[in-house]
Amino acid sequence: MSGTWMTTRAWLLMLPLLVIMVAVIGWPLVDTVRLSFTDAQLVGTAGNYVGFDNYANMLTSSNFTRTLVTTTWFAVISVAAEMVIGVLAALLLNQEFRGRAVLRGLMILPWALPTVVNATLWRLIYNPEYGALNAALTQLHIIDDYRSWLGEPGTALAALIVADCWKNFPLVALIALAALQAVPRDITAAALVDGAGPFARFRFVILPYLAGPLMVALVLRTIEAFKVFDIIWVMTRGGPANSTRSLSILVYQEAFSFQRAGSGASLALIVTLLVTVLAVAYATLVRKTAGSAA
Amino acid sequence: MERKSPVFTAFIHICAILLAVVILAPLAWLFVMSISPAADLAAKPLRWWPQAADFSRYAQLLSRAENSAGAAFTASLRNSLEVAGMATLAAILLAVPGGWAVSRTPSVGWSLSMVIATYMLPPVALSVPLYMGLSYLGLLNNVFGLALIYLTILAPFTTWLMKSGFDSIPREIEAAAMIDGAGLLQTWRIITLPLAAPVVATSALFAVLLAWDEFFYALLFTSDQRAKTLTVAIADLAGGRVSDYGLIATAGVLAALPPVLIGLAMQRALISGLTSGGVKG
Repeated sequence: MSGTWMTTRAWLLMLPLLVIMVAVIGWPLVDTVRLSFTDAQLVGTAGNYVGFDNYANMLTSSNFTRTLVTTTWFAVISVAAEMVIGVLAALLLNQEFRGRAVLRGLMILPWALPTVVNATLWRLIYNPEYGALNAALTQLHIIDDYRSWLGEPGTALAALIVADCWKNFPLVALIALAALQAVPRDITAAALVDGAGPFARFRFVILPYLAGPLMVALVLRTIEAFKVFDIIWVMTRGGPANSTRSLSILVYQEAFSFQRAGSGASLALIVTLLVTVLAVAYATLVRKTAGSAA
Repeated sequence: MERKSPVFTAFIHICAILLAVVILAPLAWLFVMSISPAADLAAKPLRWWPQAADFSRYAQLLSRAENSAGAAFTASLRNSLEVAGMATLAAILLAVPGGWAVSRTPSVGWSLSMVIATYMLPPVALSVPLYMGLSYLGLLNNVFGLALIYLTILAPFTTWLMKSGFDSIPREIEAAAMIDGAGLLQTWRIITLPLAAPVVATSALFAVLLAWDEFFYALLFTSDQRAKTLTVAIADLAGGRVSDYGLIATAGVLAALPPVLIGLAMQRALISGLTSGGVKG
C-alpha cells in the first residue's frame, strides 16, 4: 500500500475527531481572542473594538494582582505538600507489611471521589457550628472555642489546601509507587552492601527512578492547581473578603457574574498564557530530568 | 536483604495505620453523617456515632415525589447518567478511528499532539464563546449541549489512551489479515477491535469518571432540573439553606458511589493508565 494513501486514510479517520475539536476548542479559543479586544457583554451587545484596553485594565487592577498571588500560593503549597506526602506514602507502601494490598487499594478512594463531593465533605467538616473539626479539636482540648475555618481570611486558604491535598496526594503516591516498584532489587541490595545509608540510598539509588514520573506528576498537578475552580467555588466561592479567590473564579465573576464578556476573555487569555509559560518551562525541565536520569 | 529491626517494623506499622486513618476518617464521617439523626449532628459535644442508624435520607433522596428534595436529586442523577453516557459514547466513537490512525500512521501524530496540548487550556478560556454558541443553538440547559461540550475534555484523553492501546497491538497481525484479503473494516472487526476491547473499556470508564466529576461547564451551561448534573445539584445543596447536614452528606455518598465502585473494580487498569497517560488531576 502506498504511503500517500496511508496518510490520506489516516487523515480521513482523524477527520471526525478534528472537526469536533475545532468546533468545541479551536473556534472558541479564537473567538475568545477576538472578544478580548472588545467591550462585548455576555448577552446583548456584540461590543466594539477597544484595542488592548481590557488587558491594560486587568493587568493594572489590584484584583488581578491579589488573585494571582492567592492562586500561586494555593498551587505552590498544595502541590508541594502533595508531592512530599505522596512520595512518603509511596515509600511506606513499598515496604512489606500485612494489609499492604488493602491500604494500596484504599488510596484510590480519594482520587475517585468527585471533586465536588470532596469539597462538600470538607465544607461540612469545617462547619463553624456543627463541624467535625471543631468538635474533635475542642474535645481534645486543642482549641477552646469553635472557629469559622472557612469564614476567616487567616485560615480559609489553608483549610482549602488541606482539602485539596487530601484528595490529590494519593494520586502522586500511586504514581511514585509504580516507579518505586521498577527499581531493581539487586541495585538497592548492592548499595546496601556498599554501606550506603538510607538517605544516600534514596538520593542516589531510588530518586533517579522516581524523578521522571514525579516530574510528570508535578507538571500536571501544578497546571491543575493553577486552573483551580471547583473546590474553591463549592467551599468558599472565593471568600471571605476574596481571600481565596483564584484566577479561574475571577474570570467567572468578570465574564458571567458581571457579564463583561470582553474583559473576562482578556483575563482568561492572561491565565492561559501564564499556564502555557509554566507548562513549557516545566516541559523543558522534564526533558532535562529524563536526560540526566537515563 | 536488609534485616528489619523490630523498631523499624513497629514504625512502619504505625505509619500504615496513620495513613489508613487519614484516608478513611473523612470518608467514614461522610457516611456516618448520612445515617445520623439530625439531632445527633447538631449536638454539642458532637455525637460521633448515631444511637440508631437512620437510612431514611437515602429513601428521601431517591424518591420521586414532586417538589421534594428527591425530585431534584433524581433528576440530576438522570442528567448525569445521560450526559456521561452520551459524551463517553461519542468520545469513544471519535477516539477509536483517530487513535488507530495516529498509531499506524505516525506522520499525522502532530495533530493529536495539538489536541492533547489543549489540556493546558483553562476551561475559562473557552467558556464565553461556548456559552454564546450554545445559546445561539438553543442548547443551553440541555443535556445534548453539555455532552457536546464534555468532548473538549473526554475526546483528547480517550484518543490518547486508544493510541497507546493500539500501539501495543502488533501491526503484523493486521497485515496478515489484509494479505488474506480482509478490508480495513473487516480487519478491525475480526482482529483489531477484539484485541483492543480492554483498552476501549478502560478508556470508556475513564471518560465516565471525567464526565461524572465535571462541574465548571455544568455550572455555567445548566440552570434547572432539565439539565443540571449531580455535581451542580450537590453544590447547590452545600451552598444553600439546607438545615439538615445529613441530607447533604447522603447526596455526597450517592454521587460518590459509582466512581468509587468503578475505581475499586478497576484499580489495576486505572493505576497503569494513570502512570502511563498521567492525565486527570
